[in-house]
Amino acid sequence: MRTESINAIGRNSNWVPHLVLWIGVFITAFPLYITFVASTLLPQDIAQVPMQMLPGAHLWDNYVEAWSKGATGTYLSPPGKTLLFNSLIVALVVTFGKITVSLLSAYAVVFFKFPGRMIFFWMIFITLMLPVEVRILPTYSVVTDLHLINSYAGLTLPIIASATATLLFRQFFLTIPDELVEAAKIDGAGAMRFFKDVVIPLSRTNIAALFVILFIYGWNQYLWPLLITTSNSLDVVVVAIKKMIGTGAEPTDWHIVMSTTVLALLPPILVIIVMQKSFVKGLTDTEK
Amino acid sequence: MERRVIFPNKLLPYLLVAPQLAVTLVFFFWPAGQAIQMSVLSQDAFGQSVTFVGLDNFKEVLSDPDYLKTLWRTLFFASAVAICALVPALLFATMAERVVRGATFYRTVLVLPYAIAPAIAGVLWLFMFSPSTGILAYVLKKMGVDWNPRLDGDQAMFLVIIAAAWKQISYNFLFFLAGLQSIPKALLEAASIDGAGEWRKFRTIVFPLLSPTTFFLLVVNIVYAFFDTFGIIDAVTNGGPAKATEVLVYKVYYDGVHSLNLGSSAAQSVILMAIVILLTAVQFKYVERKVHY
Repeated sequence: MRTESINAIGRNSNWVPHLVLWIGVFITAFPLYITFVASTLLPQDIAQVPMQMLPGAHLWDNYVEAWSKGATGTYLSPPGKTLLFNSLIVALVVTFGKITVSLLSAYAVVFFKFPGRMIFFWMIFITLMLPVEVRILPTYSVVTDLHLINSYAGLTLPIIASATATLLFRQFFLTIPDELVEAAKIDGAGAMRFFKDVVIPLSRTNIAALFVILFIYGWNQYLWPLLITTSNSLDVVVVAIKKMIGTGAEPTDWHIVMSTTVLALLPPILVIIVMQKSFVKGLTDTEK
Repeated sequence: MERRVIFPNKLLPYLLVAPQLAVTLVFFFWPAGQAIQMSVLSQDAFGQSVTFVGLDNFKEVLSDPDYLKTLWRTLFFASAVAICALVPALLFATMAERVVRGATFYRTVLVLPYAIAPAIAGVLWLFMFSPSTGILAYVLKKMGVDWNPRLDGDQAMFLVIIAAAWKQISYNFLFFLAGLQSIPKALLEAASIDGAGEWRKFRTIVFPLLSPTTFFLLVVNIVYAFFDTFGIIDAVTNGGPAKATEVLVYKVYYDGVHSLNLGSSAAQSVILMAIVILLTAVQFKYVERKVHY
């Protein structure tokens, strides 16, 4: 204990780590700060070289415009509220869809013995190897065949097909003591009763950890929504922001782009900050 | 590992795996099978007839100088992103492990980019480096740099590397921090008593003990640079100028969606699948070892 406190004092008086960490904080936060500043300025102020470093007076106007009108120009975006709503639907469906199907299948694989069990497990496991990016075009044609283009189902279902969560739950279920299962059986509880009253409550922290990781994963989807929606009204916010940036022919409404960007950043950042413990656990458990 | 006590139901387990199995079959095995099938077929220009061409698509792809250039470019991009994301992350984690005051604050800020979509990370850096109005472009021009990533391929590459690395530092930082915290303090104290300086302790104790974490992160960062950076590249450069920032994933997308060269795109997909499987195998082998370590 004594060496501990001496070390602590020694550490506190050392300014080098703080200096390095402040550099890190600066590198991390500077782009976010600039984005925020730009979101409070008029277009002509953003075009000033160099742009001012302090927030302007148009925060409210810009955000109201971004929220209720959206961008104009080459890409007529739906209002920001529609974009954010689409992203929220995608993120929540992906998150809860993945957690639900994974809980069920992991429960089946761990708590039952049935013919084909290992084959099913490996079929699910192998999906870990191939991210959506690798199989986009064939997945696209499958979704077209199923007439799911331009639908929330088409946006979300292919992203749900992955095994990360299943593996995590399987790992955790294996640590549930046999005595609990025996006790439940003696008390006459069936398999579904045990699942609902014992397994789900025990999995709470794991579910929270996965929630953070999957929500961010779903909210930040880009390539798949870009391909699968041809109607602007179904665009998610990340895709819309990219489309709002002109390719040179039309000027970019940077004040709208930047205020929409801030709106798009808020939900995942809030989730990470509010659920920081779950986030770190989720990240290190899923390792992906 | 197996459980000793299980439930006796016969039908129930099938119902439980059914949803995940259905999604996996329809949205994973079916398309993956189609990719492999398309990669050995050739379609004529009007989409009228399809012929079996065996491995011709692969031969064509692998002997195409453009593809090979893209392959090398991807390797360069991935290595640059991994180095630029790993080195600062290790530095910040080492420092964060030493501070007591403000530790939570530093950690909270440093992990923020993890929450940011790659495409948006791209937009943030694009804005700061935009030649006419960007604040960092302004600084570069003051320093005499002729900055225009829309025309200069090397500058465009620099821009996407910075954006990709910036986003990935958070992830590496958290894993390095966890790795550092698991190093026994007694070892470091013993070294201090023997008179070892900070750098020597880092070089001879900390870094070797961190090597499993570093190796794991190296693989993860390469996979990230190969696949997850699609959004950054699409938002910042569209693969340009003149394909200077086109990486493998982007080429699969471009050849399939814009050039409609389905056979080639499918063959490229299959090659990419092989690369991912290889990388994942390396990673799993390593994860196994970490358990024993």
